[in-house]
Amino acid sequence: MSGTRTERTFQATGSWAGPELVERICERFESAVLGQSEAFGEREVTVRREIWPTLARWLKEDEGFEYLLDLTAVDYLGLRPVRFEVVAHFYSLSGNRRLRVCVPLQEERAELPTLTGLWKAADWYEREIWDLYGIRFAGHPDLRRLLLYDEFKGHPLRKDYKMKARQPLIGPGTMGGAASQSREDEADV
Amino acid sequence: MSEQSGGTPPITAHSTEMTLNMGPSHPTTHGIVRLKVRTQGEEITDCDIEIGYLHRGFEKMCENHPWNQCVVYVDRLNYVSPIINDVGYHMAVEKLLGLEVPVRGQWLRMLTSELMRICDHQTCIAASCMELGAFTAFLYLIKGRDLIWEVLEKICGARVTTSYTRIGGLAYEPYPGMKEEILELFTDLRDINREIDLLMSDNRIFIDRTRGVGALDRATCLSYGFTGPVARAAGIEFDVRVQHPYLLYNQVDFDIPVCSSGDCYDRYLVRLHEMEQSLRIVEQSLAKLPTDGPVSAPDARYTAPPKEQVYTRIEGLMNHFKHHMWDHMLAPPPGAVYHAVEGGNGELGFYLVSTGGEQPWKVRCRPPCFGITQALKEMIIGRSIADVVPIFGSINMIGGELDR
Repeated sequence: MSGTRTERTFQATGSWAGPELVERICERFESAVLGQSEAFGEREVTVRREIWPTLARWLKEDEGFEYLLDLTAVDYLGLRPVRFEVVAHFYSLSGNRRLRVCVPLQEERAELPTLTGLWKAADWYEREIWDLYGIRFAGHPDLRRLLLYDEFKGHPLRKDYKMKARQPLIGPGTMGGAASQSREDEADV
Repeated sequence: MSEQSGGTPPITAHSTEMTLNMGPSHPTTHGIVRLKVRTQGEEITDCDIEIGYLHRGFEKMCENHPWNQCVVYVDRLNYVSPIINDVGYHMAVEKLLGLEVPVRGQWLRMLTSELMRICDHQTCIAASCMELGAFTAFLYLIKGRDLIWEVLEKICGARVTTSYTRIGGLAYEPYPGMKEEILELFTDLRDINREIDLLMSDNRIFIDRTRGVGALDRATCLSYGFTGPVARAAGIEFDVRVQHPYLLYNQVDFDIPVCSSGDCYDRYLVRLHEMEQSLRIVEQSLAKLPTDGPVSAPDARYTAPPKEQVYTRIEGLMNHFKHHMWDHMLAPPPGAVYHAVEGGNGELGFYLVSTGGEQPWKVRCRPPCFGITQALKEMIIGRSIADVVPIFGSINMIGGELDR
């Protein structure tokens, strides 16, 4: 069997980013940092939406976070004054550390600048968030639904979308039929 | 022939662009996925990948079920290696609870996870070889997978949808003689690996179809968030078991196969070698597995009592109901955690949000094949239609975790 290296050259010291990274973020972005925590050993920073792409670029280019491992959203309807939160998990392979960044978003302005210019992975993650939560990503080259079909009404992972809501499937004779739930205020892309 | 200015070019069979639908249900698409391919002759010029055909509202369902009942949905994420999903989800919940699983349970979780990884790689190699015409390899590997499934059936009563783990431990004690039966498998599994190596690794047809096909450079792989065997085939030294050891992975000795070119052939090689490494982990786990002790945390607040106690003791019966009645069930403290395990395809992460209720507020699964399937477009553009087959086979798209 040729062409394969099977030695382990990397170290098992994986952890989450330390407080010094948060200090640097605070230093650089000052008032845009809304909060930070280290619960369950996981480093989390909450920031204002305004610095979103700048912070991400800085993390990638200056702090060595090569990976945008995960991008998702949470709907805190009825729990928090600011309804949505976009949650990103960054990972630095070279530094072997993780970081979670949260961005709270008001329902009326549920929109963030896209990260597609920085990570290709952001493309589908953002399409999925738009599909399931109805959060838009400005500057995304192709913000279509990803998992659901184009004719789907509403965004099913929003807490006010009922679990048992049913929609007519696409196909002849079903278009425009009686949907058990429809959200007219949301226009599809 | 002299050039004619202003004249129309001669029409050939290759001159018009054509749209070709591969899928949703197509022999090359293992799951259900639709590749809308633009072709110029044999060459692919553009492609749109349409996923979601297996979307079943995983997150929505989890958000509307008790923490302990999500396991059946989690199972169906990567249905080729379900126990790894179970372990990942439950470890995340245990992190929220601050709950420690007994050592015996941890070894069992680990060795069953590694058996699942072997199944995952076997299935992937089997399918991709079959699509390239090597039906023998398919049959050999699927035979090997069935050997594991037979043991799995005795361990947890199911072959595919295992639901083996629980919050705080495992659903069942290992059956008597499990250790010996698994060890007996080793000869067969190693034989199969050797046969596959002999059949495929130096096979001219296989090499011609896979060498240099579907390769992406390291930077692009990182940009797409590749993890797991596909990333390691491209020289990215990242394995959650090593960088972020969970369970008892830091107590066993194993290697991480890494290649450099990132083509379909290297992906095959990495998977083939990883199976052997998984066997090594299983071997060591079996040797270190304590013969007695609980497999689940002996704490009635978190784990349901064994059935013998439910049927014979009033405390057991009460405990049982406390675990299954609304307003009495397990409710982790408020908070958010992210826990990642190394799935068959790479980093399988669970981001859980608890509000202190009996149902999760959010259960996000980071599916490892998501970014890889997204990158399929880049891998096939500029190549011929025939290349879609080995490339699609090598990325190991699993509909369950991709579409959730």
